[in-house]
Amino acid sequence: MDLRIKLTILADAAKYDASCASSGAKGRRDGSTLGSTEGMGICHSYTPDGRCVSLLKILLTNYCIYDCHFCVNRVTSEIPRARFTVEEVVRLTLDFYKRNYIEGLFLSSGIIQSVEYTMEQLIAVARTLRQQYGFGGYIHLKLIPGASEELIHEAGLWADRLSANIELPTQADLQRLAPDKKHETIVGAMAEVRERLAEVRSDRQAGLHPPRFAPAGQSTQMVIGATPTPDRAILQTAAALYRDQQVRRVYYSAYSPTPHADARLPGQPPPLMREHRLYQADWLLRFYGFEVQELATEPNGNLALDIDPKLAWALLHRDQFPVDVNIAPREMLLRIPGMGVRNVDRILRIRKYHRLTTDDLRRLRVVWRTAAPFVITDDPNPGLQQLDRVDLRRRVRSKPTTPSLFDGFIGEDER
Amino acid sequence: MIVTIQNFADWRDKARLLLAANFSPQEVTFHDQRTGAGLFADDPLPSIATKMAFRVDREFLDAAELAAWHRRGDKWNLLYRILWRVTHGQPRLLRVESDPDILELRRMGKQVSRDAHKMKAFVRFRRVVHEGEEHFVAWHRPDHFVVRLTAPFFARRFSSMFWTILTPDESVTWDQRELQFGPGVPQSEAPAWDALEELWRAYYRSTFNPARIKLAMMRREMPVRHWRTLPETEIIGEMLHEAPRRVAEMIRHTEGCGRSAAEFLPKNGSWDDLRAAVLRCQGCDLYRTATQTVFGEGPIDASLVLVGEQPGDEEDSAGRPFVGPAGQVLNGALSEAGIDRQRVYLTNAVKHFKHELRGKRRLHRRPDAGEIVACRPWLVAELERIAPRVLVCLGVTAAQAVFGHGFRIQEARGRVLPSPCCPQTLATYHPASILRVPTPLAERYRQLLVRDLRTAKELAG
Repeated sequence: MDLRIKLTILADAAKYDASCASSGAKGRRDGSTLGSTEGMGICHSYTPDGRCVSLLKILLTNYCIYDCHFCVNRVTSEIPRARFTVEEVVRLTLDFYKRNYIEGLFLSSGIIQSVEYTMEQLIAVARTLRQQYGFGGYIHLKLIPGASEELIHEAGLWADRLSANIELPTQADLQRLAPDKKHETIVGAMAEVRERLAEVRSDRQAGLHPPRFAPAGQSTQMVIGATPTPDRAILQTAAALYRDQQVRRVYYSAYSPTPHADARLPGQPPPLMREHRLYQADWLLRFYGFEVQELATEPNGNLALDIDPKLAWALLHRDQFPVDVNIAPREMLLRIPGMGVRNVDRILRIRKYHRLTTDDLRRLRVVWRTAAPFVITDDPNPGLQQLDRVDLRRRVRSKPTTPSLFDGFIGEDER
Repeated sequence: MIVTIQNFADWRDKARLLLAANFSPQEVTFHDQRTGAGLFADDPLPSIATKMAFRVDREFLDAAELAAWHRRGDKWNLLYRILWRVTHGQPRLLRVESDPDILELRRMGKQVSRDAHKMKAFVRFRRVVHEGEEHFVAWHRPDHFVVRLTAPFFARRFSSMFWTILTPDESVTWDQRELQFGPGVPQSEAPAWDALEELWRAYYRSTFNPARIKLAMMRREMPVRHWRTLPETEIIGEMLHEAPRRVAEMIRHTEGCGRSAAEFLPKNGSWDDLRAAVLRCQGCDLYRTATQTVFGEGPIDASLVLVGEQPGDEEDSAGRPFVGPAGQVLNGALSEAGIDRQRVYLTNAVKHFKHELRGKRRLHRRPDAGEIVACRPWLVAELERIAPRVLVCLGVTAAQAVFGHGFRIQEARGRVLPSPCCPQTLATYHPASILRVPTPLAERYRQLLVRDLRTAKELAG
């Protein structure tokens, strides 16, 4: 089969993976002669769906022995199939990289023959790139849950990032839609990575020079909206993965009309807005000190779609506002709607020398329409009068815009 | 006082002298050499022998150096004004990020950083082979003077390659050892072609999800002014043009995923309302080729319900379930099990006949998962109203409609299990399968069918 046709099939099949980050790894790999990872990812292009093209994101093959209903590559799906050889993927990666099209490779695969065999094939690509061609660019390898400890260790030796997809928010969801996969096997693979990362860290602290192991850590992805599981359960799963498995990122992928999607899934994809709200809530969990119980406050256990989760929280906790930006502690500044981490830190710096006014906040590009009813500044703030209004929710709601899905995708690991 | 500046180091030296001689920002006008000097010649700079001691933060110098790569010609004036304020009573000015001068300084720095970042992203090398040597050449048009800012990055990343980046302002070459800067060149000097771009475009096209279109986002991050050096952007028009077709194809291939009978179901209606509604169902495409809907038949207080797969050729014509050859096999099995067909409610998982035309014959085709799910609301409505004591699924289609996609009849045949539709559900062979397998096996299947029906009868009482 022509390489171009293979690429068409196997890139098409990989595009449903939301992860595109190429950040988090820094420093030169020993012996590398081509390529670098600079800590911060680079988006080399953007497709008309607004997504960043950073890595050559492909499957080694889309043949698969599994039957996960939400997945386009499941064994029962009638789609054209193809398989790359290890050498073909290596060649493509190098050719694209040398022209500065990409930051590196994101390689996943359908399961062929067995879990072990598939994992070995993925590792062979990364090993060849590193050892034979001195490739120092970014490599993200998908872990096949159930692969042995030895294989996971070798994968981490060559890859910058590893990821095992949690696939669906709960074990019950998996049972329904991914009968061949088990939550505990997937989490087991993550735990293996976490333990290995900890070992490497403690070796390094002890002054040893352990071999590199997945310097950009691990991430995971779950499909949302394929089952009725509410946002609260989704966020609980995410919070547990951040806490227990120390994953760097959980990606949420709205179940979208994929070719030949299984009929057991709801036909209409959930609004992209839901996906966007989940990313916002995820952010609040990680950087704003929120707990899952404080979010997803709608009666059905979901996040509100019309307003962002921080604003939803503030509207339910008006007794804690207004907050004086000139004296409030950081934790409370972080809870002001319309204000991001960066602005909070700026305010903390500025207020040592200068008392902040409404004009200052506007100049810092705080979302003033949203923030105004919640803050006390050095000058009179007429917006405060709105805090007790019954229709505040309607008034502070920002105009509906298309969520920029991948807003959060770049930059996070750079913190 | 008019002063022309070449670069940041030049500004720093001259600003130091001016500051020492106590020239206020109002008394000095800086011109930028690169963006065009002023009409008037420079005034002689003050010469001060004594070094005046003043200190400024590293933070200011870094921010100023970054902003100095900006294309704006009046940047040196802004830098001098801030320097003046920092050294005249506002040493912490940089921390006041809401100050208009500081905001401007930061904004310019941000624009430069962004442009440098975009240069790292959008430079597209083309491979040229010259006297057997591989060389990679790119042409790029940055917004600001960022060639020197980004060159070390390219040297690190592509250290084992020979490469050149050309821009209208300046060019830079790496010979695997050091960077060399040269004058700017027009785009026409750059190589026009690289065979690999065809593959790159193929990748770009495939990685695009036509179900999500966000052009504003794409244009914000990949400004149109850069498109003419990005080979993949050539096909954006085509990709958008074919997007509706690709999405339609995706949805069509969704195997009925988006549709179901649910919207045709009457809410809280009587049995007759249900019957009337099912005749008009268009929850999937099968209604187009079938003669009529074949709904269930039998007493609505039956304690035993049998569910088949779908109506066949004769059922489709008659509008009644199990009246064809399979119906006859079922009748035989029922009477052998001692069950009176009149007291049983008979229905199908799918209510329309799915078939393909082969000459004049209408050949039965198995309903797919989409059609089963689309039709399921009718089955659920029937079973909710009848609430039978026992439910028998005839064949795997019925069993999967009731238990879910994962049901395997070879593993669970004849076992009484709770299902979402009925606490006592059992699956057995479909009478039509008995007609299709070879004789010895057919008799075995028939005996199992009868045995399972007997079990059901006993449970139903």
